[in-house]
Amino acid sequence: MAREKIVSFSRLSDSSKALRTTLNPKLVRRSFLKLAGAAAALSGIALAPRMTRKVLAGTDMAKRKAYPGSKIVRTICTHCSVGCGIYAEVQNGVWVRQEVAFDHPLSRGGHCCKGASAIDMVTSEKRLKGPMKRSGGQWKRLSWDQALNEVCGKLLEIREKYGPDAVHWNGSAKVSNEMAYLQRKLAAFWGTNNIDHQARICHSTTVAGVANTWGYGAMTNNVNDIRHSRLIFMIGSNAAEAHPVAMQHILYAKEVNNAPMIVVDPRFTKTAAKATDYVRIRSGTDTAFVMGLVNQIIENGWYDKEFVRTRVAGFSEMRRVARKYTPQVVEEITGVPASEVTRIAKLMAEHRPGTVIWCMGGTQHSIGSSNTRAYCILQLVLGNMGVSGGGANIFRGHDNVQGATDMCVLSHSLPAYYGIKDGSWKHWCRVWGVDYDWMKSRFHSKEYMNKKGFTLGRWYEGVIQEDKIDQYTPIKAVVFWGCASNSQSMYHKLKKALDKLELVVVIDPFPTMTAAACEKDNIYLLPCSSQYETSGSLTSTSRQLQWRYKVVDPVHDCKDDYEIMAEFTRRFGCADRFYKNLKKIPEDITRELGRGSLTIGYNGQTPERIKKHTDNWHTFDIDTLQAKGGPCDGEYYGLPWPCWTETHPGTPILYDISKPVAKGGLPFRARFGIKHTYDDGRTEDLLAAPGVANPGSEVMGGYPEFKDIVPGTNWKTDLSQKTIKEALRRGMAPFGNAKARCVVWNFPDKVPIHREPIHSPRPDLIARYPTYEDKPKQYRVYTRFKSEQKTDWVKEFPLILTTGRLVEYMGGGAETRSNKYLAELQPNMFAEINIKLANDHGIRDGDMVWIESPNGGKIKVMAKISDRVDEKTIFLPFHFGGIFMGRSLAANYPKGTIPYAIGEAANVVTNYGYDIVTQMQETKTGLCKITKA
Amino acid sequence: MARMKFLCDVERCIDCNGCVVACKEGNQVPVGINRRRVVTINAGRPGEKSISVACMHCSDAPCIAVCPVNAIYQREDGIVLVNKDICIGCGYCFMACPFGAPQFPKGDTFGARGAMDKCTFCAGGPAKDFSEKERRLYGQNRIAEGKPPLCAAMCATKALLAGDGDVIADIYRKRVFRRGSGANAWGWERAYKGR
Repeated sequence: MAREKIVSFSRLSDSSKALRTTLNPKLVRRSFLKLAGAAAALSGIALAPRMTRKVLAGTDMAKRKAYPGSKIVRTICTHCSVGCGIYAEVQNGVWVRQEVAFDHPLSRGGHCCKGASAIDMVTSEKRLKGPMKRSGGQWKRLSWDQALNEVCGKLLEIREKYGPDAVHWNGSAKVSNEMAYLQRKLAAFWGTNNIDHQARICHSTTVAGVANTWGYGAMTNNVNDIRHSRLIFMIGSNAAEAHPVAMQHILYAKEVNNAPMIVVDPRFTKTAAKATDYVRIRSGTDTAFVMGLVNQIIENGWYDKEFVRTRVAGFSEMRRVARKYTPQVVEEITGVPASEVTRIAKLMAEHRPGTVIWCMGGTQHSIGSSNTRAYCILQLVLGNMGVSGGGANIFRGHDNVQGATDMCVLSHSLPAYYGIKDGSWKHWCRVWGVDYDWMKSRFHSKEYMNKKGFTLGRWYEGVIQEDKIDQYTPIKAVVFWGCASNSQSMYHKLKKALDKLELVVVIDPFPTMTAAACEKDNIYLLPCSSQYETSGSLTSTSRQLQWRYKVVDPVHDCKDDYEIMAEFTRRFGCADRFYKNLKKIPEDITRELGRGSLTIGYNGQTPERIKKHTDNWHTFDIDTLQAKGGPCDGEYYGLPWPCWTETHPGTPILYDISKPVAKGGLPFRARFGIKHTYDDGRTEDLLAAPGVANPGSEVMGGYPEFKDIVPGTNWKTDLSQKTIKEALRRGMAPFGNAKARCVVWNFPDKVPIHREPIHSPRPDLIARYPTYEDKPKQYRVYTRFKSEQKTDWVKEFPLILTTGRLVEYMGGGAETRSNKYLAELQPNMFAEINIKLANDHGIRDGDMVWIESPNGGKIKVMAKISDRVDEKTIFLPFHFGGIFMGRSLAANYPKGTIPYAIGEAANVVTNYGYDIVTQMQETKTGLCKITKA
Repeated sequence: MARMKFLCDVERCIDCNGCVVACKEGNQVPVGINRRRVVTINAGRPGEKSISVACMHCSDAPCIAVCPVNAIYQREDGIVLVNKDICIGCGYCFMACPFGAPQFPKGDTFGARGAMDKCTFCAGGPAKDFSEKERRLYGQNRIAEGKPPLCAAMCATKALLAGDGDVIADIYRKRVFRRGSGANAWGWERAYKGR
């Protein structure tokens, strides 16, 4: 493997010669041996081989410094959501090297290759050096003032001419909570709901499915808690590549608890290599497989009867559906042998508590919001919820995608999941200190204030209108603020939109593929600094808030996001209102967003408390994440939300009724009413059964949410927070105590059922498991389901197409492909092809091949013969960009910013197809054909 | 006197290349030179295993034995280093090394290359500690600072261990012991095949 990587890497070695520092020293010839060297200094100190001890502290070695006068800044990696700690060593305002954060409670100093070269985000030569626009086909450098005047002037012009909804904002999961919150606030002040970000195409189906099951849509336990698991069930998660440091804790559980590690995936991933049991399913059949497990667990009497009786609603209705997924039916749909279904179910029943981990393999499907609910139901019947070692451990993607989701940089909600109904607007207007009627006047009409906007996956339809749009104006301008365009499916259509828009604005440290794919004179690049050149809080996948301290000042002629936001709002003429409560940036923003985000308990995490946790991360226990002594004594690391008050320790495990609410316990949320009558006429009490509540609760049993403590408000809208405090005083959860539900009556499929992917390789199954009817007005655009699902696609496009992550890269890859060491490891875009398939097509390893999708996209990539995929599946990594349908766009980048590695964007060939509830793109299952180039 | 050793726990290594990049970024190693690499066997098949390999800092190092100009030497703590001022770049050490550790910054073929470069255990080189020359030719000297090598320190899953051979052997022994019986035990599959 490594050899192969080196040999294939010839393009880079020349270009990076200037960077070589380890050179041949033949200039001075001097023989000088230093045999003893530092050996003497080593005596008496073991080299911290366990890597859990800080070597420097209190020894005479501390005096010997390679960089005299340097200081260490604690900060957080900007790549994935695990949230690894970084010690940045800074000398004279320059980040000189990365030190090892051995005492970080999550990562214990560990990094994957991306985190190990985090410093490159600041030092990369490929960074944008100043604002630019394309004029006459050439990139032209601008002053900030001119660039901002032109961009804002054009935006205002478009707003004036076409209305506020003619601009679409793509926000970011890569910025701080504070900045994400400002992005959503900006869209509101602009007067549109056309704002979205990466969460739409990452875990939107998780948030919808999971929140509708038990209250909140986030990971229920935390990464460290997996250390207590007796079984690890990973479905659609390749943590070894996507969340490598989380594997530290997963492998610990595997080894120490002798926990079976089951990996369910269409591809034999690097994670599968570490599994005890690997199950290969056909892509897009998760619901069938998991409901098959649920069926076996119930029918064999292995389910947790007491848990189901007291804390689960809709069980018998769900059971009737699950019964249809017998092992034989599951085998027919998924390809997993019937005996394996029973065996895995038995394994899960015998090893409790077990954890279920899922990622985009489960979410990116047209039935994604059913898949995620099926996983929840599995954990409910096993009684694995609300316990240490159990839980739905949903690994989020980007470093702050949990936070940006919580801040709802989304077209269907205001921050903290308040939605976009009148009450929600009134709540946030109160927090912002602006008049509701003024806010209303910013919108085209009141209707558009309450109408969901375009999504990240489909905004381009607002431009090209190949599917009918449901908005008074087409989209004329798009702003990408920390968001890659090549992560969106149907990229060839998106490119069409880029070339048709009046204005494209990219705010990013790197030009991103957008700069190259957009080939008209309509584009501006505004270089914001990296997140190491600014500060703010961010929320890891474990719901922990950490403070990302600023390491150095913005490099080159970059401005940090807050500054750019201030310039925008000033030019939009709304700065006074926008910054009414915000004087100290970013801390005042943390306070304002906390004051309004009561639904998810962001109110207890003041900037001071978050910083205190980050400053004292060494005091937290690796197994419990609780501080033992010190300034944070008894609190959980990062004050995992909900953190109800400024003295609350945070909630490390959601729905854990073994602890008092004030000490981090919670029941399931009462979100769906008190009673429900199902289709069969059965009426069920939705509150938890008598006797089930957190210790110290005034009511020992179910109770509804708190309201009218302050008349006219409830726990979510009482800005005085008296309601929340009153609930805690009585030992109760502000949001009530209910059952989790297996039947989500507000979804098209009340109980998760299998439906074939839009582009299914099994025409015989389409008739039995058809997709939904078309949805004419889904997030302002007509979305085809049934009319797109054709039984004869497979004749011409016989192969399954799936996409995924590489450990070396992140997202659209603009940052990581601009890192020479990471690019060296993965220089080429490739397609993984099984040996049998390759031989049948006369394709040999390293050959160039064309891959074509039924929707008109095609890409030319290198064939990589691999056993990871089966003979009917092609796998593509989705990080590449810079080449489009066989044509290099390298010349389109501003000079000196072409990433070290460029390649075809996989999303040119990912197929049409979207989730019925959230419009998640179906990029994990599609069809394609392959030909030798 | 402690003897410095690396140990890679193949049950833990996930081929994330964290060690490789930690080494390169920390020591500013040129692209194309691999002081450390991750080797994977049986990729994509059950039994897939990865291991991170660099200079093993052999007790009886063949590279030292064959070097015609005595450019390679071993410190008292067992770390094997090369003096780039003396090295003539002949590549004899490359032929002798069982692990492919020696790297040659210039050119691909014999004869056309510079002084040998390899893993230093983050102990710099013969130049003055923390000097510009040491940093430029050899990279960081973390051992002189009392710090472990970057590759092991930054290993995502704590697969790669580095330090006093006795200490890391003990850590590894305890780890294997704790894995106990069943699927995780060494040799289990062979000893109980078919059970």
